[in-house]
This record gives sequence, structure tokens and C-alpha cells, in this order.
Amino acid sequence: MSEHLLSLITFFPLLGMIVLLFIPRDNDGVLKGLTLVFTLITFFISLPLAFNDVFKTSAAMQYKEFVPWISIGDYFQMNYHVGIDGISLWLVMLTTFIMPIAVLSTWQSVTKNVKGFMALLLLLETGMLGAFISLDLFLFYFYWELMLIPMYFLIGIWGGAKRIYSAIKFFIYTAVGSLLMLVAIIFVYYYALQSGMPFEQGFSVLHFYDLNIPAETQTWLFLAFAFSFAIKVPMFPVHTWLPDAHTDAPTAGSVILAAILLKMGTYGYVRFAMPLFPDALQMFLPYLALLAVIGIIYGALVAMVQEDVKRLVAYSSVSHLGFVMLGIFALNIQGMAGGMIQMINHGISTGALFLIVGFIYERRHTRQIADFGGLAKRMPVFATIFLIVTFSSIGLPGTNGFVGELLIMVGAFESELRWFTVFAATGVIFAAVYMLWMFQRVMFGECKNPANQDLQDLTVREIVLMLPLLVFIFWIGIFPNVFFDKMNPSLENLIDQIKGKQQVAVVEQVNLPARNQD
Amino acid sequence: MQDYSLLWLIPFFPLVGSIINGLFGKKIRNEALIGTIGTAAIGASFVVSCTYFFKLLGDAEKIHETTIFGAMGSGTWMNVGQLQIDWGFLLDPLSALMIMVVTGVGSLIHLYSIGYMHGEEGFYRFFSYLNLFCFSMLMLVLGNNAMVMFIGWEGVGLCSYLLIGYYFEKKSAGDAAKKAFVVNRVGDFGFLIGLFLLFWSLGQKGVRTIRFTEIAANAHLLENGGTIVTIVTLCFFLGATGKSAQIPLYTWLPDAMEGPTPVSALIHAATMVTAGVYMIGRMNGLFAMAPDTMMVIAIVGAATAIFAASIGLAQNDIKRVLAYSTVSQLGYMFLAMGVGAFTAGIFHLMTHAFFKACLFLGSGSVIHGMHHAYHHAHLHDDPQDMRNMGGLRKKMPITFITFLVSTIAIAGIPGFSGFFSKDEILWWSFGSTRGGWILWVVGAIAAGMTAFYMFRLVFMTFFGEQKTDPRAKDHIPESGLTITIPLMVLGALAVIGGYIGVPAILGGANHIHHFLEPVFGQAQKLHAIEAHGSHATEYGLMGISVGIAVIGIFGAWFMYVKNPEMPKQLVAKFKWLHTAIFNKWFVDELYDAMFVNATKRAGRICWKGFDLPIIDGIVNGVGWLVRGFSAALRYTQSGQIHSYAMAMVIGAVIIVAAYVL
Repeated sequence: MSEHLLSLITFFPLLGMIVLLFIPRDNDGVLKGLTLVFTLITFFISLPLAFNDVFKTSAAMQYKEFVPWISIGDYFQMNYHVGIDGISLWLVMLTTFIMPIAVLSTWQSVTKNVKGFMALLLLLETGMLGAFISLDLFLFYFYWELMLIPMYFLIGIWGGAKRIYSAIKFFIYTAVGSLLMLVAIIFVYYYALQSGMPFEQGFSVLHFYDLNIPAETQTWLFLAFAFSFAIKVPMFPVHTWLPDAHTDAPTAGSVILAAILLKMGTYGYVRFAMPLFPDALQMFLPYLALLAVIGIIYGALVAMVQEDVKRLVAYSSVSHLGFVMLGIFALNIQGMAGGMIQMINHGISTGALFLIVGFIYERRHTRQIADFGGLAKRMPVFATIFLIVTFSSIGLPGTNGFVGELLIMVGAFESELRWFTVFAATGVIFAAVYMLWMFQRVMFGECKNPANQDLQDLTVREIVLMLPLLVFIFWIGIFPNVFFDKMNPSLENLIDQIKGKQQVAVVEQVNLPARNQD
Repeated sequence: MQDYSLLWLIPFFPLVGSIINGLFGKKIRNEALIGTIGTAAIGASFVVSCTYFFKLLGDAEKIHETTIFGAMGSGTWMNVGQLQIDWGFLLDPLSALMIMVVTGVGSLIHLYSIGYMHGEEGFYRFFSYLNLFCFSMLMLVLGNNAMVMFIGWEGVGLCSYLLIGYYFEKKSAGDAAKKAFVVNRVGDFGFLIGLFLLFWSLGQKGVRTIRFTEIAANAHLLENGGTIVTIVTLCFFLGATGKSAQIPLYTWLPDAMEGPTPVSALIHAATMVTAGVYMIGRMNGLFAMAPDTMMVIAIVGAATAIFAASIGLAQNDIKRVLAYSTVSQLGYMFLAMGVGAFTAGIFHLMTHAFFKACLFLGSGSVIHGMHHAYHHAHLHDDPQDMRNMGGLRKKMPITFITFLVSTIAIAGIPGFSGFFSKDEILWWSFGSTRGGWILWVVGAIAAGMTAFYMFRLVFMTFFGEQKTDPRAKDHIPESGLTITIPLMVLGALAVIGGYIGVPAILGGANHIHHFLEPVFGQAQKLHAIEAHGSHATEYGLMGISVGIAVIGIFGAWFMYVKNPEMPKQLVAKFKWLHTAIFNKWFVDELYDAMFVNATKRAGRICWKGFDLPIIDGIVNGVGWLVRGFSAALRYTQSGQIHSYAMAMVIGAVIIVAAYVL
């Protein structure tokens, strides 16, 4: 069983989707219940991955599967080639963990065409899991595009007021990026074939790692990848699809978008863009890091002046993801590990924030900060949970957010990005400003608005779906080593790989003039 | 070798108390039980602290490190690459003294709160926060590395936020809470940058550590007085100015008085605000290496002492006077640290904890009484405005006596605790190798101002005619035992607390100096930091500063008892000066204009001036162009996303294949 575990995890939601198609439309309860069961089972069958200690010692891909899939004569061979290491492990776990929570959040909010909604959620989960485990670049691309479609419909059909605009904006932004990436993928493939890679290997990224692509060629290939992933992260200045998509997406869509889909961009850098094109990375690193730092400050500043809670959280994502990118670009173990754990943290904390926004939206059908005030008195349980999540987002020591930000900044300070760190650290101040200001305006003060007088505190279902997130906020904050132990070998290996190739390039450059002198 | 492995119990008890009251307090409902749980939790810590304190007194070895699992090297929090962070604790004379102050004063204030907070809706919440605060403060003090300290450092900030915002329905409370946290974050920014720079620069020399003992042992690897050490210590000092309310980050502390009075006593007077002083003491080896930073600290400390004292001269809210007084006294502590009088700084920290906690709790007792009277008479007058008080010494004798004793202590009258610690600071600021006579002059003048405004407060509150509304004036009671017992204990400590540090010149043994010697002695010796001067000078300076204090007291008596009309006349005569002082020199307004509004404006410009018109403008423009273009091609298109996607893939394959093959 274990040799097909990854496939089982990936396709189990798809199976759920197929089952759902046979359920008559009106049985909303059954449809929701079944979706919950399928996502929960997916989570439970993915648990053995997290408990496998092999990741503590080995950087190699585990649970590998390799099946030839599509081939077109001698021109094109694509394989079903999957596997995970300590990097993708936690993103797979994050996905299977968040999905049941997202499903549970729809219980009351989604009433229109439940069947379609649930089917798309399950399809989305398969797409996301597939992308995280793909070792074949073309397969990755397939899943990457596959995710786009359900998300597009989730926003476009079940979204808010400007859903069509937002959905199309989301689609066009992402599609433009992926088109460039596709061209680059195919180029790398043919380059690899010409360099003698066995044809049967298809688009195996493990083989692509060994290529020695000339630096000039790397430049535009890297840019294509980097641009595509930057849109997904999103990095400044290609972030403007995010606030719109978030604002108009239904709660479950926002949660998944923030918690998992954005990680596709950061993961893309770590898994593909950076190790495949190390020389180009070296060249563009300062500029990308600059964009990351601008994103941290810019996202925070814009978040501060938002009037819609959801938009505020969306812009705060731009800021937080800037931290993740800065950590990754530090190219040392602290920065990388910090960036990785911050991906998980952002998934948990920002996912939780979107759920919180959903709770009050379901009650009041508004997200304008000005419509609230004094909710703490009416909803004490909600207030407590909101407070914990807020401080996790601010990065208070003892919560998950601190561990990530600390390591990112330590790592970046140790690297060449020292002075970027000083500016990035101001983001720590701004985060407190915009989060606490929002919290104050929503929760504190007198409850003046008559519409807020009779607000109900959280229901048992709502508390249950928040609890796991709260557990991880403290777990990662207090025992982060559980996670680091299993990601460090893979990250160290990755750093060696990138830096090793960069050094080879430097040596070659140094040697060239010497040869000319002869 | 003694066993100190249960050190973690000290912060553990209040954490448990906080969790119990936080989770179940609402169900418990019983105030007595909730209060007992909270007080017992911190009381248990006090017992453990006493045990370890006396164990350490009798131990020849004065510096002990443990982790939560006992042995060093276990109990890891984070371990990534060469960054290893343990849940480690450090007991040395400095932290031993601090845990005594925190748990001792903390226990008394918990006890006091049972009476003071009686009948409050959020009683359980209050005790939960208060316990959580004690946990954080003890982590701060006991941490053996900068990160565990930082947990406490931000943790106390969180609790401060929660407790200032305790009456969250009041807008001013919410504002003050947010301000406190954000201003502290500015300081934390400094702390973190300092730490990163230190970790990196020590790492360059092959030492990767954030443990205080290892930092101290390896500090010599860095250039003495060099840029790195100076910047590192300046960054740490920025952190200290945030937490300890020094110029330029002091503005949050007066606003923090929005919190319930026991909070002001515990957090915003006795313990949390001294964290910055403690931190400098903890890293004294590093600071001693940076004379420039030390000079900055001394100047900032002296400036804060006199600046805050000046504002305190004209406030009418009883708690605000005490708040500015706290800022001013903290200035003294930094002055001490800056001139290398580490022991004197910590000594003043301790005596200040006694008398200022007593003063705050006393003011709370007064407010409690006033509130009771107004409530009884159905009035809505401000129970904190001293202009409504007067003559309370007969109504509240215990409160009055303890308050008076503490006021004498803070004024620096010989024989009381504040005299010994303040005098030692002033002596060092004059005679230290890192001092200067100007620092002494500023300190002495501020001492005179302190004596003036504190006695002004006493005279306005407890002496003269009773100015309370006639309908309420006969209903002001003395507070109950849970309130007066802590007052009496702290009042007694405010008198005798100074005798552990009687200087040699007055025939004392200066116990505290010898006790803290293992912590501070090495750096002072290494960098030749000492106070020198003749006995005559020392006596002379002591006489002058006491004289100035007496003049201040006399001035207050003259203006507020002898000639009660005089303040009004003076105000009329120096209108502009009074306006400036009364409005706190308009610093808050200045900061609002310079930072708060500027930041908000920057946010709006980024959003409405860049995000929407420029980036989205381009995106929408492209979209519009594409739509126009595709309208022409509509007949060739099916309109389905799938077919577009398929076309993209096929097209791309063809392009690249043609190029490569």
C-alpha cells in the first residue's frame, strides 16, 4: 500500500468528487457530509507521512512513484512521477489539514448549488496535492492549471458582488504567468534531451537539476518561472489580483487561496525556479529580495488603511509572503527553514483570519470595519479566538508567527541581504499597527450599532473548526523543532545544490581568462 | 554544588493560574476562589523564589544555568543550523533579586486586587491576565538567553495591552492599549536588530550563541568601543526605551493609566517598565564596552528624569502625576546604568518598586473611596481629579500614613529607602569615570522637582479643606483589609528597603553592592568604571541634594497649604508655560503629526495613488485591449476556457519545438 500512498492521498478527493456526482442535487446535508468525510479520510491517510522519521535523516525523495504516461513518438514523453521530501511533506500535510476545516466552514454559508461547490472543492484538493508531489515538470504544470479552473469557478459563481471581474482578473493574471512558464518548461525539456538525458525520464525535475544550462540561457528561463511564481505568491507589484480575489471569494475559497494556493508560488521558487537556474538566481537575487522587502512594507501600509476587513487581511498576506520570500532568498538554513515554516504559519493564521471574517460576515452580511465595534462584549468566545489569531499574525513569541519571522530575519541577516533585513523588520511594527487597529475598531469600544446588539457568539461547529488551528498556533510556537527536524535535511541539501552550482559557475568564469592567456 | 533544577517552577505556577482562571474563571464565578487561585499561584512562586534566593546567598558559586529538563543542552526550543535556542534559565544574584521583587510585590498586588476589583464583571479575566503577566515577567528575568528573555519581553507587552484595554468599551482605553503595544514594538524592533547584529558579528568570530553567559565570556572578541558594539548596544537601548518609557518612546506610559490601578502599580511602576534597566544590567559586559552608548544612555536618562518631572508639576489627575513620576524615576535608573553605576540602578529599581507600588496602590485606595462616595451620592464626578479631594488624611488614615511614608522615600529624605538609592546614583553621576557634573546637576534639580510635585500631590489629596462635593464627602470610607495590608507591607519596605545598601561613607556595609558584585564587578573592573572623589565632596553633594529636596517640599507646602491661591495666580501669570506643561509639551501631538498621520497618509498614497490607478490601471487596460482585439476574432473562438487552454499548450509546444529542433 505504502508504495502508492501518495497517489491514494491525491486521488481520494477525486474519488469523492465522482461519488458526489451520483448524489441527487437537493441533498445538501449529504453532499456536505460526504465531502467532509472524504477530506477527513484524506487527512488521516496522509498522517503516516508526517510520522515517518526517514525525513529526519534523508534528503532524498520518498514514496516515489514512476509510471510512463503520455508519449508522442520520439518528441515528447511525460511520466506520472511523484514523490515528496521534507519540503513538500509539510505542504501536503497543510493541504490535507486545511481542507476539512474549509469544508466545515461552508456549512451555513453555501446554499446555492452545493453539489457543484463541493465537487469543485474536491477537485481543487486533488489539483493542489498533485502539484506539491509532482516530480515531473509537465505533470506539475498539468496540476498547476488544473487548480486554476475550480478556483476560477468558486470565485465566479459563489463569490461576492464583483465576482466576475475578480475571477477573470485572477484567471488572466495566473494564465499569463503560466503560459510563460510552459514555454520555459518545454525549452528546458528539449535542452535536457539534447544534453543526453534518457528519453524515458520525461520531464523529471530530478534530472533537470543536473543540467548545466549556460548562464545567459538561464536568465530568461528563470525570469519566466520567477514571473509565473511571483504572480502566485503574490509578490509586489503583481499582487493586485489577490485583494479582489479574496474579497469576492466565498469564505472557503479565501481560506484555501490564502492557506494553500499562494504557497504554490513560494514552493515553485524553492522546488523549481531556484535550483534549476542557480546562476540566474544569483544575478536576480538582490532585485527579487528588494521586491520582497517592498512587499512587506507596502502590503502593511496598504493593509493599514483598508476599510474592508477581508481586504485588510488580503494585503497583510502580501506583507507576510514578502517575509517568506526574503527568508527563501537568504539561501541559508535559518532563512529557508524560517521561510518554509512561515508558509505553514501563514496558512494557519491567515486561514484562521479568513474564517473569522467569514463568521462575522455570515452574521452581519458586511465586512466594513466601520459597521462593527464593541463586539467583544457580545461575543466573548469569538473575541478570545480572534485575539489569539491576531497575535499569531503579529508574530508574538510563543505563537507560530514569531518562530517563522525570527528565523527569516536571522537568516537574512546572516546572508548578503543584511540591510534588507533592517527594513523588513519594520514590518514587525506595521503588523502590530494594522492588526491591532482593526481589532480595536471591530471588537473594542461601545457596541453602538443596533444591528450588532443581538449577535450570537460562536456555535459549537465554529469553535470546533477553529480549535485545530489554535492548537497549531501554539504547537509551532512552542515546539517548532518537530517540523524543523524533518525539513532541515532536505533544505540543507537544496542549499548545497544551489550554492554548489553557483560556485562551479564562478570557478569557470575565473578560469576563462586564464585559458585565453595561454 | 547546589541543585537549582526546579527554577522553571517559578514562572510555571502563574502560568497555570492564568490558564485555570482564563478557561474556567467564567464558570467558577466565585470571586473569592478566583482571587485565591490567582494569588496562590504567584504566592507559590514567591515561596520558591525565597528558597532559591537564600540558597544562592549561602552558595559560593553564584551563577547557575538550567533548562526546563534540568541539564544544560536539553529542552530545545528551536534548533536550526547553528542557531540553538533552549528553554534555559539563569539564576544569578541579579535575577534572584528580580524574582524576589516580582513575586513579592506581585503577590501583594494580587491580594490587593481581590478587594479592589470586587464586583467587576471581568474579575476572572483580570486575574488571568495578571497571572499571565507574572509568568511573562519571570520568563524575562530568568531567561538564560536573549530569546527566552524576548518571550517574556513581548509577553509582558501583551499583558500590558490586555490590562490597559481591560475597560475595552472605553475608546480611550482601547487607544491607550494599542499605543502601548505599538510603541513597544518600535523598541522591540531595536532589540531584534541588535540581537541579529550581535549574533552575526560574534558568529564571524566563530561563536554562535545567544546565551548571556556565553555572550559575556566572548564579548572581548569584538572590538572594544568599536562600531559594532556601539550599534548593537544602541539597538538594545532602543528596545529599553520602549519598554521602560524613556525619551523618545515614553509617551505610552502616561496613557497606560487607563488600566485598573493595581495594573499601574504592578506593571507600569514596579516591574515591567524596569525590564529595560534589567536588560542593560544583564548585558552589562557588552554595554561597558561601548562608552558612547553609555553616554547616550546617561544623557537620555537624565533628560527623561527632568523632562517627565516637569510635566508632573502641573497634572491634576492623581494617577497621571504618579505616571510621570515613574517615567522620571526610570530616567534615574538609566542615568545610573549610563554612568556605570549598575548596582545603584538595580538598587533604585528595587526601592522604587516598593515605594511606587505603595503610592499607586494608595492612590487606588483613594480612588476606590472617592468612587464609592460618588456612587453613593449618584454623582459622576471624576474620582481621580485631585481638585475634588483634600483633607482625606482623617478619612483614610492607613492610606494616608503609608502614602506619606512612600512620598518621603521618593523625595529622597535621609533614612528612607529612596534616599540611599537615589543618592548613590547622584554620587556616581558626579564621580564616576563615565559621569559628569552636568548629569549630577540635572539629576539634583529633578530630585527637587520630584519632592515638589509629590508633596503637592500629598497636600492636595490629604491636607487642607475637603473639596469633594458635599453630597458625597461624608461617604468616603477607609479601604478594607485586602487593600490596607499590602499598603502597610509596602510602606514598611519603603522605609527599611534602603538599608541593604547603606553606603560605606555612612558607615554601612552596602550589602547589595557585594551581593551583585559577581554580576557587575568584572565589567566594571575591566573597563575601569568606578566612582572616585573625596569624602568631603561626597558629603557635600549629599547635603546639597537633600537641601534641594527639602526646598521642593517647602515650596509645595508654601503653595498648596500656606497660600492655596498662589497656584492660580502663577498659572495666570505664566499662562503659556502652564499650557505647555499641562499639555505635556505637545509631544503627543507632534508624534501624531510626524509619524502616525504620515504613516496613514503613506498607506493611502500607496493604495489609492499606486495600487488602484497604476497597477490595476495597467492590468485593466491590457484586459480592455485584449477584449477589443478578441471581439474581432470572436467568430473563430468557441468561448470555452478548455479550448483556450488547449490552444495555449499546443501553440507553445509548436513554437518551442520549432525553435529547438
